[in-house]
Amino acid sequence: MTLLTIDNLSVTIHGTPVLEGISLTLAKGEILALTGESGSGKSMTALALMCLLPRGAQATGRITLDGTDLLTQTEAQLCTLRGRAMGMIFQEPMTALNPVKTIGDQVAETILIHEQTSRPEALTRAAEMLTRVGLPYDRFPLSRYPHELSGGQRQRVGLAMAVALRPKLLIADEPTTALDVTTQAQIIDLLEGLVDDFGMGLLMITHDLAVVSQMADRIAVMQKGRVVETGPTAPLLANPEHPYTRMLFTAARHHVTLPEAPPPQPLLQVTNAVRDYRTGTGIFGRKGHTRAVDHVSFTLHRGERLGLVGESGCGKSTLTRAILGLEELQSGSITFDGAPVFTGHRANLAVRRRMQVVFQDPYGSFNPRHRVDRLITEPFHLLEASPTGALREKAIADALTAVGLQPSDAAKFIHEFSGGQRQRIAIARALIIKPDLIVFDEPVSALDVSVRAQVLDLLADLCRQMPLTYLFISHDLTVVRGVTDRVMVMQAGKIVEDGPTATLFANPQHPYTRALIAAAPVLPDLAESLTDA
Amino acid sequence: MTRPWRSILIGGALAAVFVLSALISYVWTPFPIDGVDIPNKLRPPGATHWLGTDHYGRDILSMVIVGGRTSLAVAVVAVGIGMVIGVPLGLWAAARRGSWVDEVIMRGNDLIFAFPSLVIAILITGIFGAGAVNAIIAIGIFNIPVFARLTRGAALSLWSRDFVLAARVAGKSSLRISAEHILPNITSLLIVQGTIQFSLGILAEAGLSYVGLGAQPPTPSWGRMLADAQTMVALAPHMALIPGLAIVLTVMGLNLMGDGLRDLTDPRIRMQRT
Amino acid sequence: MIAYILGRIASLFISLIVASLVIFMVVEVAPGDPAAFMLGVNAKPDTVAALRAELGLDVPKAERYLNWVTGMVQGDFGTSYTYRSPISKMVAERLWVSLPLAIYALILSTLIAFPAGIYAASRRGRIGDLGVMAATQLGVAVPNFWFAMILVLIFAINLGWVSAGGFPGWDKGFWACMAALTLPAIALALPQAAILARVMRSSLLDMLDEDFIRTARAKGLTEGQALWRHALKNALIPVLTILGLQFSFLLAGSIIIEQVFYLPGLGRLVFQAITQRDLITVESVVMLLVFAVIVVNFLVDLTYAVVDPRLRARH
Repeated sequence: MTLLTIDNLSVTIHGTPVLEGISLTLAKGEILALTGESGSGKSMTALALMCLLPRGAQATGRITLDGTDLLTQTEAQLCTLRGRAMGMIFQEPMTALNPVKTIGDQVAETILIHEQTSRPEALTRAAEMLTRVGLPYDRFPLSRYPHELSGGQRQRVGLAMAVALRPKLLIADEPTTALDVTTQAQIIDLLEGLVDDFGMGLLMITHDLAVVSQMADRIAVMQKGRVVETGPTAPLLANPEHPYTRMLFTAARHHVTLPEAPPPQPLLQVTNAVRDYRTGTGIFGRKGHTRAVDHVSFTLHRGERLGLVGESGCGKSTLTRAILGLEELQSGSITFDGAPVFTGHRANLAVRRRMQVVFQDPYGSFNPRHRVDRLITEPFHLLEASPTGALREKAIADALTAVGLQPSDAAKFIHEFSGGQRQRIAIARALIIKPDLIVFDEPVSALDVSVRAQVLDLLADLCRQMPLTYLFISHDLTVVRGVTDRVMVMQAGKIVEDGPTATLFANPQHPYTRALIAAAPVLPDLAESLTDA
Repeated sequence: MTRPWRSILIGGALAAVFVLSALISYVWTPFPIDGVDIPNKLRPPGATHWLGTDHYGRDILSMVIVGGRTSLAVAVVAVGIGMVIGVPLGLWAAARRGSWVDEVIMRGNDLIFAFPSLVIAILITGIFGAGAVNAIIAIGIFNIPVFARLTRGAALSLWSRDFVLAARVAGKSSLRISAEHILPNITSLLIVQGTIQFSLGILAEAGLSYVGLGAQPPTPSWGRMLADAQTMVALAPHMALIPGLAIVLTVMGLNLMGDGLRDLTDPRIRMQRT
Repeated sequence: MIAYILGRIASLFISLIVASLVIFMVVEVAPGDPAAFMLGVNAKPDTVAALRAELGLDVPKAERYLNWVTGMVQGDFGTSYTYRSPISKMVAERLWVSLPLAIYALILSTLIAFPAGIYAASRRGRIGDLGVMAATQLGVAVPNFWFAMILVLIFAINLGWVSAGGFPGWDKGFWACMAALTLPAIALALPQAAILARVMRSSLLDMLDEDFIRTARAKGLTEGQALWRHALKNALIPVLTILGLQFSFLLAGSIIIEQVFYLPGLGRLVFQAITQRDLITVESVVMLLVFAVIVVNFLVDLTYAVVDPRLRARH
């Protein structure tokens, strides 16, 4: 039975079209995944369904929910539908809840807004719903505030608010994107369970094709404000028809092949590294310590591509900063080719000039006021005599060419480049002083899947061209699997497993590694026809 | 034309009128302001004296133009003091965030904020003597924490950005990073705050001059003109209205300009527009 | 929570101690000997010496500071040199004018600013918002003492509704005093209300852009409900800060406004003391004003904890 029909929906913002002729249907109890890269209009579609478009937006077409045309409803009528007939859950659990109201009040509010009922009654029902989404009353009393909960728990509260009145339609806008992989798996389970129990239709918006393949009944792929392909999950995954869909799926399954690593010869040695942070402030504040890095030891060999995997807060960023000489250890040592990274309380310059780093955020990694030549030559500061004149020009041109850009790009400002190009520039900046080690800190996590494939290819290419040693840090197992020879798994400040990539993925030993691998959704392999094409 | 630019132009033009006429007054004024002309005292605005005369028969238009010199100069120098001391302090605190340096600078700021500024200005000028220089110092001191806080806050968010981390990986010192990466990225913010403090400085100077603790006679200033007007308010209301309007228009002009500049540079508002 | 309050109390005391030291030192470094300064340039050396002894200036500075502070803690502000009477008694009389005036103005300012700011935010970008913003633009540019003169010109001189200044004294009845304080309070309150309304509006608008407002709207709340139930309490945190600072502005502002209306408040006391070179009175009254401001800011800090559960938890 059709629950939701979107017919020829178009949206303009201040006259600029953002959605063009969207037509979709969703049945009761069905999960429809809306997927596509950033800027494709998936979230705008969700907001159009809720009639919560930003100011200046104009929607045309028809959206029929259970026989009601939403676009012709008055604002007052829409308010009675939102939360009761349709609920929505958002991406960012950290900001989606009101910080100064208790979770009980926030869930009960959905009920109180729509029904003539007493506050105690609404709170009782809120408690039941919170229990249903996995926050049992005895451990998570209604008087909790959002800041007392973790990201996954907050997302559960958001869900309880959205489904408190068992709406017929639930819209989930990237509900797991901000979460760790194990938490993501739990939320996906919960969503599927709720759809079954309540017979809701779920519109699941996500960029993650693996998640899509795991939970959707049907898929709609969006590109530049249009739906380019729709169909049942299995056939569409196996045999996509639209070229964009094919490109997207191929990119998501992309594997790179690395050249053989040279025989082991230690380059970076981390021995019993410990780093504590003080928690609690103020004269009378409780003082405490959290151990971000807990007796970590490992060796990175010359020419090796080493992966470091862990969920947020596991200490991988702290470890990275310690290796780069940005933060001192409390105990233990880090040596590079035998020389300590820290001499006294200062970073050792001789070591530092042999290491470079590429960060996650392609937008925050560059000073917006400088041109590309100045940006990528910043590491020259580390050298005793930085090249000038023609030598400098050549170094800039070489670095840009190596990452697939033009030497003429040197005169441009960073805002003239796309996210993927910016990560190339970041790699050029790292390469320019020909370092012995590059630390990649989540370098592709902020990139769309097609761009991600290109950047990973670039890495493999570079490995073939030059003796590259790197430490690749990521929360994403699939990415690490493709571009490393060896992987370390980090949990709560400790390295719990360390082994060759293929072995570790095929036969994980530590329970945590197993849990991580089990939780990560996997995109099924290509159909024969596509592999041949 | 977009709204921010309209505010900047209208506000800028208003403020410019007073700044320019104050500058011109160094070479020319409609009437001399040091002459006493009792027969022509308390004339309402008319053909000869466009804005009338005061109780000594001095031309009020000329007085307002010359008085602007004091008000503007005091405010400019006070903002300068605030920036020259406050901005480096803020940069230093941000570079050493979490350390005792940061703590001392920020607590010091809190303390200055806790003082009622006008009371302390009165204390300083009362004890060290009334006059423009002490008024500048008194107003300037309270500009320091404003700029220090603003700078520290903005700099802190920049210090957590990856491009600063990249500069640290490139071995650059905090001082160099502050000069090369932090300061250029907060200048627009400082300019906006500068215009706001400038207008507040004009108000503060007027207040101090009004109670006789600012510029001393014979130097004219808007606040002093208002003090003179107070006893005459029933006889010659224009004596009170005109210098007050000069203050209001200058301050409004500066505020409009500041608002426009802020709308133009605030990344959040800019994001909303695109 | 308790740790937070203890922390604020500690910082309250540190602020008070440092503030008293600063004021003491400013008066100390005043040009010349305080006694000589008070008596003027023509004073004879033995008169100066006598005054020094009388004022207790002949003891070491540290001891004098301690005497001053311990005296104030016990309510003894010293003796005015010009009036030959205990400063605390004079201050108490004057306080009964200045404090009601500041509180009156604070209430007025809040009563005007809150509705204006909330209204403007709820009409974002529309004519009502633009109207309120234009009015506040004017409000923040007007010096309060000039505004006071204009009020006197209109309501006292031209219309004759109220007297142009003076204060009848509380023994003449509550309403008579309130009538005398009304024009000064309006003059003080309106420019402050303009600032407060702007802060209220921009703080609310910031909150209305937050994700949790979108969540609330998705639950079925109307725009107005989302504003009142979710945005307002969050927006109050920055508004409280300004409200605390405003008390300081109002107290200080009342010093100048008292000049316009010839009110016998602390402001006039300070000015008389300055012109008569009565340093001890100046020192003590300024300390009292600073004390009031620091205590108000302390109370503001405590209300944060009531409004913001994150603050209660963090400490």
